[in-house]
Amino acid sequence: MSNFSPGFHGRTHRFEGRLPPGQYPTESFPVLSAGPTPHVPTEDWSFTVTAEQGRARRWDWEEMMSLPQEEVTVDIHCVTRWSKFDTVWRGVSVDTFLDGVETTADFAVAHGEGGYTTNLPLEDLRGGKAWLVHTYDGFPLSPEHGGPVRLLVPHLYFWKSAKWVTGLSLTLQDEPGFWEAAGYHNYGDPWREQRAWSD
Amino acid sequence: MSAWHSARLVGRREQSRTGRTLLFDVPGWPGHLAGQHVDVRLSADDGYRAVRSYSLAAPARGTGIELGVQTVPGGEVSPYLAHELPVGAEVEVRGPLGGWFVWRPGQEDPVLLVAGGCGIVPLMGMVRSHRLEGSRAPMRLVYSVRDPGQVWYREELTTGTGAAAASRILYTRQAPPGSSRPPGHIGAGDLLPPEGAGRLPVLCFVCGPTGFVEHAAGLLSAAGHAPDRIRTERFG
Ligand SMILES: Cc1cc2nc3c(=O)[nH]c(=O)nc-3n(C[C@H](O)[C@H](O)[C@H](O)COP(=O)(O)OP(=O)(O)OC[C@H]3O[C@@H](n4cnc5c(N)ncnc54)[C@H](O)[C@@H]3O)c2cc1C
Repeated sequence: MSNFSPGFHGRTHRFEGRLPPGQYPTESFPVLSAGPTPHVPTEDWSFTVTAEQGRARRWDWEEMMSLPQEEVTVDIHCVTRWSKFDTVWRGVSVDTFLDGVETTADFAVAHGEGGYTTNLPLEDLRGGKAWLVHTYDGFPLSPEHGGPVRLLVPHLYFWKSAKWVTGLSLTLQDEPGFWEAAGYHNYGDPWREQRAWSD
Repeated sequence: MSAWHSARLVGRREQSRTGRTLLFDVPGWPGHLAGQHVDVRLSADDGYRAVRSYSLAAPARGTGIELGVQTVPGGEVSPYLAHELPVGAEVEVRGPLGGWFVWRPGQEDPVLLVAGGCGIVPLMGMVRSHRLEGSRAPMRLVYSVRDPGQVWYREELTTGTGAAAASRILYTRQAPPGSSRPPGHIGAGDLLPPEGAGRLPVLCFVCGPTGFVEHAAGLLSAAGHAPDRIRTERFG
């Protein structure tokens, strides 16, 4: 018997196995952002992949939409402790953007409108594990959830899924991004509960 | 930072019908900055655990910390904390957490705090830290609530016991008798910089439910505040 919180019973046991440690399931879709929500018209949106030698490739909205599209259904996990099951997205695999990009980089930094950055091992963006998405639940992705286009990397905490994504820089060195520099974990695996630096 | 501390509930105070101040004693508490939060962990007898984040409402008093919990109807954790956890019993806390939505007393930039509902909690932490440190940074709090029964920290905010931060309460549904402002959502005219800010760039902190934060941060952006000077925290 625990000595803590006498009389507390809880109510979400049934999700064990699907819910990473310390998370709770939510039906709503809460928002985590550091500042105001930018509103980026699709005509102004573009996405640039820059390799470590500085060579860059750019796609505008129409070019992105003409790439092969995929629909993915995944569970997502936010470091603020909510998880949402079976979220449905539509977009383009990051593999498609990296196809033909010459690089020996081990790391990547995703850039979002307004200066947001987040870093990941490049390997975590390859192999069908990450997408650029523009549609959520059948509707255009709304600005507060990162529309018109956000990154989706469902196997890591959701702050890695940069909102309003505008680019990816491939880097030889690992460069901590915005939340990572402010105390969040550098990698952010929800199943190992990597929330903060010291976890 | 990642260690769990046991925290004993030493006091509970009513802030509104559904909001409570909770005072905990946390042996070994390392201190914190205004705006930071803790994770609170509850354990059931069968080993099941639930964790939620709650903001720190005041500077630490030794090993004493203060939280403010608003009951979410049907919620797993908030109704238990606000109404059931017995005084003298323990929960676990981890923290302090958060390195971005923080105000440091040494900062001299003018500060505009914008709270919606229980988003007041971390901002009250900033108002109190500002006062405790005798900061000269111009600071202004704009606090939006549904009706007069929802105002937390009323005495402290309205009688101005040595408060150096000016505060203004806005009502969205029902204003107290004699109010000059009709009830309504926060507007651009409600978000003026603090007195004494002159032309200095203001640091803005916005906290509350997502809809409120979207709206208020949008108004601040439109009023010309740079996006990196508008720090937000969304509670749900
Ligand atoms: C950094 C941070 C700081 C926070 N600080 C505070 C604080 O100082 N005081 C405080 O009272 N809360 C605060 N919160 C919110 C708090 O962590 C919980 O989300 C809240 O208490 C609800 O938890 P619950 O277990 O009672 O409800 P749950 O069981 O999690 O949720 C019940 C239902 O209500 C919905 N819901 C959850 N949270 C909210 C919400 N906030 N508003 C409306 N609906 C909701 C859920 O989607 C669900 O449908 C903070 C959150 C974060 C991320």
